[in-house]
Amino acid sequence: MFNVFKRLFRHDKRFTFGFSVLTLFIVIAVISLFAPYNMKAWNTVPRDMPSSWKYLLGTNSLGQDIFWQATAAIKNSLILALIAALISRVIAIILGLLAGYKGGLFDRIVMTINDSFIIIPLFPILILIASILRTSLSITVLGIIIGLFGWAWDARLFRSQILSLKEREFTKTAVLSGMKTYKIIISEHMPYIIPLIMAATINNVIWVLGMEVTLSMLGLSNLNTPTIGTMIYWALQYQAIFLEMWNWILTPIISCIVLILALYMLSTSISEYLDPRTRLQLIKEE
Amino acid sequence: MVFKKYFIPRFIQYLTVLFIGITLVFIIPRLLPSDPVEHQLNRMTAQGQYLDPAAVEEMRETLQELYGLKGGLLEQYLIYWKRLFTGNLGPSFTQFPTPVIQLIKISLPWTAGLLLVSLLLSWLIGTVLGGIKVSFPNSIVAKIIEFFAMGIRPIPYYIMALVLLILFAFVFPVFPMTGGYSMGAEIGFNLKFILDLLRHAFLPIMSMVVLEIGGWFIQMRNVASNVIEEDYVVYAEALGLPKIKIIFRYIMRNAIIPQITGLALNLGFIFGGALITEIVFSYPGIGTLLYSAILAGDYNLIMGVNIFSIVGVSTAMLIIDLIYPLLDPRVRYQ
Repeated sequence: MFNVFKRLFRHDKRFTFGFSVLTLFIVIAVISLFAPYNMKAWNTVPRDMPSSWKYLLGTNSLGQDIFWQATAAIKNSLILALIAALISRVIAIILGLLAGYKGGLFDRIVMTINDSFIIIPLFPILILIASILRTSLSITVLGIIIGLFGWAWDARLFRSQILSLKEREFTKTAVLSGMKTYKIIISEHMPYIIPLIMAATINNVIWVLGMEVTLSMLGLSNLNTPTIGTMIYWALQYQAIFLEMWNWILTPIISCIVLILALYMLSTSISEYLDPRTRLQLIKEE
Repeated sequence: MVFKKYFIPRFIQYLTVLFIGITLVFIIPRLLPSDPVEHQLNRMTAQGQYLDPAAVEEMRETLQELYGLKGGLLEQYLIYWKRLFTGNLGPSFTQFPTPVIQLIKISLPWTAGLLLVSLLLSWLIGTVLGGIKVSFPNSIVAKIIEFFAMGIRPIPYYIMALVLLILFAFVFPVFPMTGGYSMGAEIGFNLKFILDLLRHAFLPIMSMVVLEIGGWFIQMRNVASNVIEEDYVVYAEALGLPKIKIIFRYIMRNAIIPQITGLALNLGFIFGGALITEIVFSYPGIGTLLYSAILAGDYNLIMGVNIFSIVGVSTAMLIIDLIYPLLDPRVRYQ
């Protein structure tokens, strides 16, 4: 596992970039713990100041320091994405693996429900939930809700990987040589499934980050907690575009784009590593 | 034979999806701790009016009936389905007594137009670009296209729309910021109005197209790079057929089939994206309707939009899947 990581880091530029940027964002998130102000309070600093040494990115019309606000926003958005991704991972892995290994009626029932979750447009449903809960929607609750709905694609992905692994030669050899089922799963199949889970998790984090921004921009989350989405919400509420307060509106937008690109590069790099055909294609192109 | 093996299971799946989706919309408000009726009453009393307790009680009952919250859970559920089958989604609360279904009907053409045009454009451009990339893998143009298609793809709809709005409606004011047509424009089938419509639709459509090209591009590239190694392509090359003909008739045509499956699977996701894009550009479609419903706390309207989008998206997918056998001979002759 560690060797794979080292090799990707050294030879795949996308992996190097993605990993470095992600580390940077985690550092920023940690820095937010040392913020000199209360991030939820208004009017802790003078309003509408341009950027200076004292206020690195200036201050906004709510009287908050934009730099520190952004660090807290990145921390909260990452925490939310982690909660949602963890929950949907647990559901997707359990259902995907069970359906893949068990097959039969169980598989068919799970996949029917699964396909319904893929087909049904989730965005309006999340809005329905969020608009009823609205005021009590803390980061944790929002994370849990998004997590409960974001598992369907990946459950299908894991299941199809299991189905293909089950048919491979080495599985048959292992079965015929009397290896126990759980041992086959752990020592033969897991090396294939774990990187797949990693790539799928990163994609899920990207989706959650986007969802959070969208729900917050509609005013459907706890607007006092700084997240990337709520920062954009307040900037738009105070017409930051028309007032040309670019620090305020562009800080969350740019950090969101950079973070998502970094994650995306990580995930494509990992999934390309998984697929020998694309690896071959890359070699051919060079 | 095809009918029995392909259409009937597909139709059963369609009904299951509708059942699960619509039941979900029924269950969610009832599972959550806060009660829409109490919420509505709180809003009314919070406006500072004095209401005497008897009137509040009466109002509660009326609201419960309008929301379909009266009686036991099973009874509510049956009434809910009965209402749906008669096409009754209840009245909207902010625009009482206009039925929700009518509000949706007014907004639908805008969303359908936006969705259809952007879907077709992005699908077409992405597919063709993917085919070109595979046919000329080493050209610089292909590499540039790939770089942009891959890089833009993961950006959320909302951020993309906002960036385009800032760039092309504010910094370089080429396009209007909001709306479906200019205020005070005469609505009619004439050139001036159509141009006005197009000018307003340009940015919303662009923001969706730019995001979606990437997905189609990547899928096309992956499938087509397998097709290009098939024997019939090698044979066509050996025959000395013109390159253009090989690309379009042999590679593209065979690689296009999974693209249509992708179209069906992604529809729900893209539909959500269209709603978000509309909200950013205040485009007068279902997304904006949903947004105004959120602002006003109009649950009936939010639920109506939900039910409508579930029915709409899954029906559209059913239609795509029914057309599918016409394009894929492997399904046709099974």
